[in-house]
Amino acid sequence: MPIRSFSHTLSRRVFLKASGGTLLGTLAFASGPIALLAPSRSWAMPLEALSSREGEILLVIIRQMFPHANLEDAVYTFVVKDLDRAAEAEQTRALLQGGIASLDEGASGDWLTLDTQDQFRRIEALEGTSFFEKIRSTAVVSLYNNPLAFAHFGYQGEEGDVGYLYNGFSDLTWLPDPPQPEDGFMPGTTAS
Amino acid sequence: MLDRQTQFASNDSNVVVVIGSGAGGGTLANELARQGIDVVVLEAGALHTRDDFLADEWASFSQLAWLDNRTTSGSFRLTKDFPNLPAWIVKSVGGTTVHWAGASLRIQPHEFRALSEYGTLEDANLLDWPLSYEELLPYYENAEDRMGVTRTNSIPGLPGNNNFHVMYAGARKLGYTCNTGHMAINSQIRDGRAACQQRGFCFQGCRTGAKWSTLYTELPAGIATGHLELRPQSHVATIEHDERGHVTGVTYFDTDGNLQRQRARMVAVAGNSIETPRLLLNSASSMFPDGLANSSGQVGCNYMRHMTGSVYATFDEPVHMYRGTTMAGIISEEARHDPSRGFVGGYEMETLSLGLPFMAAFLDPGAWGRKFTGALDQYDRMAGMWLVGEDMPRESNRITLNNEAKDAYGLPVANVHYDDHPNDIAMREHAFQQGSKLYESVGAKDIYLTPPYPSTHNLGSCRMSDKARDGVCNRHGQTHDIPNLFISDGSQFTTSAAENPTLTIVALAVRQAEHMGKLMKEGAV
Repeated sequence: MPIRSFSHTLSRRVFLKASGGTLLGTLAFASGPIALLAPSRSWAMPLEALSSREGEILLVIIRQMFPHANLEDAVYTFVVKDLDRAAEAEQTRALLQGGIASLDEGASGDWLTLDTQDQFRRIEALEGTSFFEKIRSTAVVSLYNNPLAFAHFGYQGEEGDVGYLYNGFSDLTWLPDPPQPEDGFMPGTTAS
Repeated sequence: MLDRQTQFASNDSNVVVVIGSGAGGGTLANELARQGIDVVVLEAGALHTRDDFLADEWASFSQLAWLDNRTTSGSFRLTKDFPNLPAWIVKSVGGTTVHWAGASLRIQPHEFRALSEYGTLEDANLLDWPLSYEELLPYYENAEDRMGVTRTNSIPGLPGNNNFHVMYAGARKLGYTCNTGHMAINSQIRDGRAACQQRGFCFQGCRTGAKWSTLYTELPAGIATGHLELRPQSHVATIEHDERGHVTGVTYFDTDGNLQRQRARMVAVAGNSIETPRLLLNSASSMFPDGLANSSGQVGCNYMRHMTGSVYATFDEPVHMYRGTTMAGIISEEARHDPSRGFVGGYEMETLSLGLPFMAAFLDPGAWGRKFTGALDQYDRMAGMWLVGEDMPRESNRITLNNEAKDAYGLPVANVHYDDHPNDIAMREHAFQQGSKLYESVGAKDIYLTPPYPSTHNLGSCRMSDKARDGVCNRHGQTHDIPNLFISDGSQFTTSAAENPTLTIVALAVRQAEHMGKLMKEGAV
């Protein structure tokens, strides 16, 4: 990376911009709940601190750690984005880049060429390292804390703000309705 | 809310200082103010009103939770998963009544006599309360009425959500009775507050005010009397005393971080069971080198957090458990004392739900891989319950000062040490088994047993006792050592009992206010 040799002449911000990559993808499920929210099937996530390749490797690692068969890469990319944001701090960037470099090193230079099972074994072997823990602890929050994930997993998030009282809070039909007064009463109605 | 409140001078030594504005402090302050007694409430947290609450779990957590540093030790799993978050409580006006789920159950008569009923247990520090159920009964009635508890005072039960439907069906299969619980959540418009709209964000603060919280009941009512001044973002540093050993006031850091002093005739501490003993310990002086009210050495000891655990189960059909009240159904059959089950005391089974973000965080902290993601893949078909039961008081389960770690003001933080007692472990196993059976009886596919969350029920660290050597305060919460210093929160609990503690904290606060008023009239303090 020749840019490193003159990076000291640039502001840190510019350097980060210059080194940042982009993750690109296409939605896999054209009629899934996420496609309904998305303006188009193609998506792009710009990175600030990490390169495109680093982003791709992290994406694969996160998918292996938290495998959801039909969950779009676009959702996993939120985790990469949060790791990228964290990597604007020197120490975190070194942690992530170092971890990726040692994965590559153990795979004749390109970890991405390994088959899925081999990749998984190598991720598993990293459990307990700060590299692994940084990715896991970031993923367990960001992967499940965005509107696309909510749509995928069937959680309505802030839609609940207005209340489900007249909108499905007791719409379960596969069990018999509990009797009153064990079940209670809608506002404005009473037992007698 | 604060615009037109009465203001008291910092050198007014006639005021009662109440530290904390939650279930204990908020209620006590209002009840004192109603008697015409001047009160200054010092609350460490900021004022967030109902309009500020967020329907977003993580964002709300940042807004409301007590996130000041704490440390942990002991064998409980939180030391590994959440080493600096032993408790999930609130730092905001209204305290943890902003976050609580609303379950309002009375402690059972036999639970007040834990030592007599259960006998001596090895490595437990059981004691009878210096107070009986019968003595507390009128105050329970007062608390249920003021909080609008459903299924009391002719208030109908709340309508049950889907999570309740699943629990109810399973309960019937197991021969349990189950209903939508005694909840301090309006099922009808009452006391100027709305009926519950079933938002499902009880933990994030109730935007409609259907759920009782001191934030919009006790505190404004107290302020309206003209005898209560609420000072948010006022973090008490020490309680001061004179040469007679009576307390004279407090020092606190104000909004701008400046140290202030408020003189006081009496001081009542209601900072929740971690901060309350921390403050007494941080107030050590040459006269009281081990901290205030600590001649027994029991300040900080016997910290209890309830035996807890959760069972989540998945089904073929949708549940959407997050819709509607978080605690929507209660089974009390296992709350009895029946040693044939292999443990003393009992536990409640209460529905619980978490949104997707918190389910990911708390289902199995530290977990990853297929088993974990398999659970979340079924999130919309999941039902859940929380198990909450009596845990054993132990002298070694203890809040101490960690002199290695300081807070933003340079004060030592609290260290929370906790080891599960074998009785707690046996009870949790039983509860996990019953909860699993319940869901299996209605066709559960997968069952997930979830370890205790950072605790919202923190109890006992300044307990009530008949004899001064066994505890910190007497049957009125008045400290044994210092007549004008009171403990006014769940720290007073002699034992934890099985039930959610808020109703009892409120009942004790109402009773304590009466006692303090009487002492003032008699000129005893």
